[in-house]
Amino acid sequence: MSEPLLKVVNLEKHFPVRGGLFSRVVAKVKAVDGVSFELGKQRTLGLVGESGCGKSTLGRAVLRLHEPTAGQVFLDGEDICSLDRNALKKRRRDMQIIYQDPYASLSPRRLIGQTIQEPLDVHKIGTPEERKKRVEELLDIVGLRKQVLSRYPHEFSGGQRQRIGIARALALNPSFIVADEPVSALDVSVQSQVLNVISRLQREHGIAFLFISHDLAVIQHVSDDVGVMYLGRLIEYSDSGSLYRDPKHPYTRALMSAIPIPDTKRRAKRIVLAGDIPSPTNPPSGCPFHTRCAEAMPMCSQVVPERVNAGSAAKPHYVSCHLFESSPKVPA
Amino acid sequence: MTDEVAKALLSVRNLVVEFDTRYGPVRAVDDISFDIFPNETVGIVGESGCGKTVTGLSLLRLVPSPPGRIVQGSIILNGSDLAQLPEKDMARLRGDEISMIFQEPMTALNPVLSVGEQMTDVLRQHRSITKRAARDAAIDMLLKVGISVPEKRIDEYPHELSGGMRQRVMIAMALSCNPKLLVADEPTTALDVTTQAQVLEQIVMLQEEFHMAVILITHDLGVIAETCQRAIVMYCGNIVEAGTTADLFERPRHPYTKGLLESIPRLRDERIPELPVIPGMVPDLMSLPAGCRFADRCQYVQADCRQTPPRLKVSDDTRSGVACYHPLNQEPGLVRTPA
Repeated sequence: MSEPLLKVVNLEKHFPVRGGLFSRVVAKVKAVDGVSFELGKQRTLGLVGESGCGKSTLGRAVLRLHEPTAGQVFLDGEDICSLDRNALKKRRRDMQIIYQDPYASLSPRRLIGQTIQEPLDVHKIGTPEERKKRVEELLDIVGLRKQVLSRYPHEFSGGQRQRIGIARALALNPSFIVADEPVSALDVSVQSQVLNVISRLQREHGIAFLFISHDLAVIQHVSDDVGVMYLGRLIEYSDSGSLYRDPKHPYTRALMSAIPIPDTKRRAKRIVLAGDIPSPTNPPSGCPFHTRCAEAMPMCSQVVPERVNAGSAAKPHYVSCHLFESSPKVPA
Repeated sequence: MTDEVAKALLSVRNLVVEFDTRYGPVRAVDDISFDIFPNETVGIVGESGCGKTVTGLSLLRLVPSPPGRIVQGSIILNGSDLAQLPEKDMARLRGDEISMIFQEPMTALNPVLSVGEQMTDVLRQHRSITKRAARDAAIDMLLKVGISVPEKRIDEYPHELSGGMRQRVMIAMALSCNPKLLVADEPTTALDVTTQAQVLEQIVMLQEEFHMAVILITHDLGVIAETCQRAIVMYCGNIVEAGTTADLFERPRHPYTKGLLESIPRLRDERIPELPVIPGMVPDLMSLPAGCRFADRCQYVQADCRQTPPRLKVSDDTRSGVACYHPLNQEPGLVRTPA
């Protein structure tokens, strides 16, 4: 990877938990706790993890939709976190988001045409005619007909709404899009249609994605690189091929074996994890996964594992687990 | 044929369920027939709106009425027709002979009653036992579904439990009277994959232990492949294909089943540029095409498909069949049209 498009360094997002008399801050939820990664131009990083692992918060913190508690986010070398309001607004042209719920993310009172055109209006791009032309172009890209422009969101199915959401995200020609579970609310046959729209954006428009999903199969389908999150930390991170061929972290291995495979001949041996994900308000000491890990050693409950490179220098495969202690350490 | 039907635990014949809407009645389930045999796990799979949940609800006569109603058909469980049974008798069967668990355990459990109160309710409704004995039985059940320290958990309220734990409580409650048939409607959809794996494993274990039949309703073909011996594929209120899981996955005969299987993203050795898709979308139940409901999306469509709707042709043992004029992977001599 030469100069990355996006570089995230030690990003943290903590939410206060208020309680007691006078709503004092009694605790904090470390939703994102020291996450670092890079995303190359025209590449896609898949972020996978279970509910509450902080993947959505991370996606939003990268765009400063949640103000990060600490850490830095560089887009094309510029630190997003240090920008003031106006500068940030300008920068937002390059970074957009697609939301999970296509029913909640479109304004019910607005015509589809208005919704898709809004980003162009806000950023005052082009003349009214040019804007109209751009909107039609966008519809074409996501595979919708021109007639939809004068209709309202309730007239559309989930898959169509998600296409509309994608068209809106594309309006400003961004170089980078955070896609937060974009197909999770859709039915199987529609899911594949929308995934193909996204594949085309990657291929033909060269857009880089931070693609968030709980579904390892979906992630594999769209991603060049994959990061696995657990309790606010990125516990494993490498190129997609290496991660799926040779998952290192015991959590990643359990997660992969837990996916029900739609194939009666290929039944894998399953690692069933005991217990539930611990509360992020009160995460376990040491390695956050040690309470459910089959391979936990005494030191796992005491020492937080550092990120090591269990791959090669040319093809790094980062993992944070004491089992790979002998591998070279990587400064975060 | 008569012998086979007699052996079935549950026989559904020509079931039609309608809902009244502003625009007139809509058939959510349109003339479906199937059998469930003792001790088997059968999946009902399909996309939203295909009628799979309504099918499950109508087996327990839980279709909300109004606006819904069973218009036609019979649901024979152990010789009695549930579609005709007076509500009082039906209530006696529910939770006893036939039980159901739902997708969202938080809304299915009563938030103001402790786990123990809800569980002993079920037992005391159907069995004449003392409170003490019911409590002991409930603790025993909780242990069976894999809840640790059940003597403590039994006094907790639903909000104190995690999603996976709540679903286990639901299962414990549904099984406490040892039903012959459990209807599980998307029991793991709201759960994370690792929790889903735990809960599915538990259902499979309990199915064997309790010698019951399970109907597993889901949109997830992976869940079907891993837990069910047989499956029924629904589309637009119809059954389009039924068969053993192995047959359905390896030799799908209905083009919809094939399309569905191909379009799911699955773990592969190589990344593929684009997924095969089923073009278009599910037709509106209010304005269905005249012939096969899948015709407009089917790549194998022929002229006769658009004339009259194909009927499900079932095999002699009623365990497999396909509703298609031009089925794929055809084995001659296997199918026949029922009278």
